[in-house]
Amino acid sequence: MMTVTLIAIVALMATFLTWIVRQTINVQPWEATSTPDDGRGRLPSFLTTPRVGLIVVMAAITSLFALIISAYNGRMMIGSDWVSVDIPAILWGNTLVLVLSSMFLHLAWRASADGDRGAARVRLLLGGASALLFIAGQAVAWMQLRRSGLPLAVNPASAFFVLVTALHVLHLLGGLVAWVRAYARLEGASEPRRAEAGIGLCTIYWHFLLGIWLILFGLLLIT
Amino acid sequence: MAAHGYDAVSDAPPAEIGEMELPHAHTWVGKYVWSQDAKVIAIQYGITATAIGLVALVLSILIRLQLGFPGAFSLIDPSSYLQHVSMHGMIMVVYLLTALFLGGFGNYLIPLMCGARDMAFPFLNMLSYWIYLLAVLILVASFFVDGGASGAGWTLYPPQAITEGTPGSGLGIVLMLVSLIVFIIGFTMGGLNYIVTVLQLRCRGMTLMRLPLTVWGIFMATVLALLAFPALLVASIMMIFDHLLGTSFFMPTMLTISEQRGHEGGSPLLFQHLFWFFGHPEVYIVALPAFGIVSDLIAVHARRAIFGYRMMVWALVAIGGLSFVVWAHHMYVSGMKPSFGFFFATTTLVIAVPTAIKVYNWILTLWKGNIRLTVPMLFALGFLFTFLNGGLSGLFLGNATVDVPLSDTYFVVGHFHMVMAVAPILVIFGAIYHWFPKMTGRMYNGPLAQVHFWVTFLGTYAIYYPMHFIGLAGVPRRYYAYGETAFVDESVMTLNAGITIAALVVALVQVLFLFNLVWSAFRGKPAGSNPWKATTLEWQTPETPPGHGNWGDELPVVYRWAYDYAVPDAREDYVPQTVPADSGPATVRDEKPLS
Repeated sequence: MMTVTLIAIVALMATFLTWIVRQTINVQPWEATSTPDDGRGRLPSFLTTPRVGLIVVMAAITSLFALIISAYNGRMMIGSDWVSVDIPAILWGNTLVLVLSSMFLHLAWRASADGDRGAARVRLLLGGASALLFIAGQAVAWMQLRRSGLPLAVNPASAFFVLVTALHVLHLLGGLVAWVRAYARLEGASEPRRAEAGIGLCTIYWHFLLGIWLILFGLLLIT
Repeated sequence: MAAHGYDAVSDAPPAEIGEMELPHAHTWVGKYVWSQDAKVIAIQYGITATAIGLVALVLSILIRLQLGFPGAFSLIDPSSYLQHVSMHGMIMVVYLLTALFLGGFGNYLIPLMCGARDMAFPFLNMLSYWIYLLAVLILVASFFVDGGASGAGWTLYPPQAITEGTPGSGLGIVLMLVSLIVFIIGFTMGGLNYIVTVLQLRCRGMTLMRLPLTVWGIFMATVLALLAFPALLVASIMMIFDHLLGTSFFMPTMLTISEQRGHEGGSPLLFQHLFWFFGHPEVYIVALPAFGIVSDLIAVHARRAIFGYRMMVWALVAIGGLSFVVWAHHMYVSGMKPSFGFFFATTTLVIAVPTAIKVYNWILTLWKGNIRLTVPMLFALGFLFTFLNGGLSGLFLGNATVDVPLSDTYFVVGHFHMVMAVAPILVIFGAIYHWFPKMTGRMYNGPLAQVHFWVTFLGTYAIYYPMHFIGLAGVPRRYYAYGETAFVDESVMTLNAGITIAALVVALVQVLFLFNLVWSAFRGKPAGSNPWKATTLEWQTPETPPGHGNWGDELPVVYRWAYDYAVPDAREDYVPQTVPADSGPATVRDEKPLS
C-alpha cells in the first residue's frame, strides 16, 4: 500500500544521508585549528540560499505526492467500487500548455541572464499566461468529468481525479505568487540580471511541477 | 567579542560568508509583534505553545478527576470525557511539543549556535508563527462550536471520527482537520528556515562536525517533519472530502438499522497507514531535539566533552532514517500478514540500537565528570531515567505477539507518556532553565526551580509507573467509567485515585514554574553573559540578551568543536569555540559557579 511512498522517501533520505555521511566521515571534530577550517560541509556555490530553500520545499512536495499516489493505489486495490475514469481529452492539451509554460520560463531565465529585458519580459508573461491557461483547462476537465462521469461521492476514481489534479493546481497557484514577484522584480530592476535569480527559481519550480504532472497524468491514464 | 572567561583572539579576516540584510523594525509593534527576529519569534512560539499546553494540562486534570473519582464531577460526561482525551493528546503532541522544540528552541538556538545573524528567510519565519497561531485559534474554536471539539481520540480514526454519534463529529472534527492543515503549512515555512540556516548560514569555521548536538537534533527532526507531515496533510484533506463531499476514501459501507449510510467501499486501514506514517516519525520529531539538547546539558554541567560525538551524530541520522520504516507497529491489532508483523517488529527493535548508543554515550559522558547538580542537570538526569524506563517498556510493545494483549490498555498509556511526554518535557524544562539567563540576562530562582524539579520528576513517576500495572491487569484505555466490571480489581480504583492526586500536585507545581520564570525575568539576579561557562556560540554574544543580528559588527569565527571542557593545560576548564588553537593560556574571569 505504501510502496510508492517508501521508494520516494528512501530515495530522498538516501541522497541526504549519503551527503551527510560524506561530510562527517574521516573528520576529527575534537581537533582545534588556528585558522578557520570551513571548506568542509559547504554546499557548491551554485546552490544559493534560495535554491537550497526551494530544494527543501520540493522534497516536501515530493513526499506529499508520493503519499497521495500510495493512497490512490491502495484505495484502487482495496475497493470493488473503483470505476476507471474516462480521461477528458483536454488533459492532453493542458499537458502541452504546461510544457510550453515551462519552456517559456526557461527561455525567460536565459534572456534575463543575457541582460535582454524585452525578451525576458515577453517570455515571462507567456510562461505565466500559459500556466493560467493550464489551470483554466484543468477546471474545464473537472466540469467535463462532472457532466459525463460518475459523481465524486459514488466513484473513488473520480474523487481521486479531482483530488490529485486540484492539489497540483494549488501548487501551481503558489508558484504564480512567486512568478508575480519575479515579474515585479524584472520591471523594477535597473538591470535585468538582478531578476535572474527569481526567474531561475520559478523555472526550476515549474520544471518540477511539470515532472509531477507527467507522473500524475501517466497514473490517471494507466488506471 | 563577548565578555566571557576567555579573551578570544581572532586573527582571521572578517567572515567570508555573505552578510544578510536584516529588516530592523523601529516601532514596538514591529519589534515585538510583527517581528522578523528569530529570537522574538521563538518567544512568541514559546508563549503560544505554553498557553495552549496549559489548556491541554487542564483537560488532563479533568480526565484524571473522572478516572480517580468516577461520577463525582457532573461537568464531565462521557462525551466531554472523550473530547478532553482527544484534544489533550493532539494539543500536547503537535501544538505544544512540536511547536516548542522546533518553533521555540529551533528559532532561538539555530542562528545563535551556528553563528548566523538570523534565519535564512526572516519574513517566512514570521509568517510561520502567525500561521501557527491561526492553527491554534482554529483548534480552540472547535471547543465552542455546536457539538464541541472532536472526541475521536488523537488518532482521529475513521469511520468513528466523522460518524454521527461520536462527540464533535460535525464541525468539531472539520475544525481539527483544518487546523492541522494550517499548522502543517506554517510549519513548512519554519522548517524550511531551520534547514537552510543550518546548511547555508553557518559562520566561518563552523563545520558540520563542530555543530553542537542541539542543532543536529533540531536539524534532523525538521528533515523528518518536512517528509512526514505531508502524510497527515493528505489524510486530513481526504477525510474532509469524505465528511463534506460524501466521498469514500476512508469510509466503509455502514448499516444503520439495516439501511446503508451514504458511504461505500472506503478503507479505514488506509487512513491508519497515512496517519502512522506521520505519527511514528512524529515521536522522533519530538525526541531528536530532546536528544540533542540533553547532550549539551550533560556536557556543560558535567564539564566533559560529549562521549562519542561522531557516533551521537550518526545515531541521530540513523534514528531519523529508521523512523520511516516502523510505522505499522502501531497497527498490529488492525490485522496484517505475520511476515509484515515480523518486519515491523524487527525494524522497531533495530531502532533501539542507535538509541542505546546515545544512552550509553550520555552515561559515559557523566562517568568521572565534574558533575554539577544544577537545575538543568537535574532535569537532564531525570530525562535519562525516564527515557530509559519508557524505552524499555517499548521493547514489549514493539514485539507483535506481546503487543496484542497489551494493546489499548493503560500499559500503552504509561509507556508513551514516559517516553514521549514526560521525557521530552523534562528536557524542555532543563533547556528553559539552561538558556533562561541568556534569554533574559537574569537567573531564575534556584530553590523554586529545585522544588519544581523534584515534584515534577517524582510526581510523574507516581502518575505513570502504576499505569503499567493497571494495564497489565487488562484495564482498557479511553473508557469513561468501568462500572461493575469483574476483571477490574478494587485496587485499580485505589491506584487511579492516587494517580489523580499525584497529577493534581504535578499540575500545581507548574504554576510555581511559570511564576518563577515571570518573576525572575524582572527580578532575578543578573546572570552575566556566560554563567554556565559554556563553550557554544550563543554564550559568546556581545550583548545579553542578544540584540537583533546577534553579533554586533562582525560575525564570530569558530576554531574548535563545542565540547572543549576539562582540556589539559588550559587555565579554565572550558575553551569557547571562538578561541583559536594556538591562542595560549587564556585570561580567566572571576565568575562564581551558579547553582
